[in-house]
Amino acid sequence: MTDTQIDTSAEPGANDFLQLLKPRVMSLVVFTALVGLIVAPVHLAPVTGFTAILFIALGAGASGALNMWWDADIDAVMKRTARRPIPAGKVAPGEALGFGMALSAISVVMLWLATNALAAALLAFTIFFYVVVYSMWLKRSTPQNIVIGGAAGAFPPMIGWVAATGSISVEAWLMFALIFVWTPPHFWSLALFMNADYDAAKVPMLTVTHGKKVTRNHILAYTLILAPLALALGFTSIGGWVYLATSAVLNAGFILGAVAIWLRNEDQAGADRYKTEKRVFTFSLAYLFLHFGALMVEAMLRGLA
Amino acid sequence: MSFFKPEHEIHRRRFSRNLGLAVALGGFVILSFFLTVEKVTQGNPMKAIRGEGHAVAPEDAALQGSN
Repeated sequence: MTDTQIDTSAEPGANDFLQLLKPRVMSLVVFTALVGLIVAPVHLAPVTGFTAILFIALGAGASGALNMWWDADIDAVMKRTARRPIPAGKVAPGEALGFGMALSAISVVMLWLATNALAAALLAFTIFFYVVVYSMWLKRSTPQNIVIGGAAGAFPPMIGWVAATGSISVEAWLMFALIFVWTPPHFWSLALFMNADYDAAKVPMLTVTHGKKVTRNHILAYTLILAPLALALGFTSIGGWVYLATSAVLNAGFILGAVAIWLRNEDQAGADRYKTEKRVFTFSLAYLFLHFGALMVEAMLRGLA
Repeated sequence: MSFFKPEHEIHRRRFSRNLGLAVALGGFVILSFFLTVEKVTQGNPMKAIRGEGHAVAPEDAALQGSN
């Protein structure tokens, strides 16, 4: 008897599809969208709220799958992304495309049915923005890719807010602005010590096109713009003393970190293996988490009052 | 060749995919059910039990009241 040889490599398991959704990005989306929904003055019934968060997260996951489908060629070149399901040969590109498109449609329709048309339209726009505007257009053509593409990650708390209230207000815009302006210094501090990866993939990161000194200047500039926007949120209906105190400390820390990055040159950074840049990158993650955490605390305090 | 062949790795991956799809579909059905109940009763399940969950437009309610 002769065994027929079949190619078993392209037989994806459930986990491979899960990886297409970029679970770590999804967890951030769940958190920020949840905060947007909870701090809103209108409260959704529990199942409706759960459904809204679930499909906002699924929409974000769908855009992640579509991004992986489009970027499979550069993912294969970069060390950080080479083990993603498509470059690793576990999921066929067509499968990822179908999976992403189907999930996008399901998540937008379900968010519409569960909440309202504006929230669904914003989710659809977010997916379009991330996949078409960022992945297909900006990422490979301009070093400002991170700046404009950051909008896609900034929409979830606004969608959460709109799902609850049905309209966009200054609080929703400021939550959007907080993530939008936070994204460039966050990613550029990563790009400073992951330069070789982006260079190999020919992605025009600011570090590659304009050099690290310009990137260091940009990090400081964006951090200075970010601080007043973050503090302004504290003076709206969803802010308060807890948020303001948290934000003041975090922004002081972020600005000090950005100044430290700005003062360094490549010799100093290379000598200690980008210790400061890595520290600021880690701090920036805590910065965003704690800002939205403080908004959640403010909502709880209002609930108790 | 033995009658029971050892399970190939490909079958494990296929099973995990099928199980994942089953859980997702089952979850979707359950979610749709509870979402419908919540929408119909505005979060008060007793309304469904008492038959008060049917939406009546305000103008219809006024007409019913005048009859």
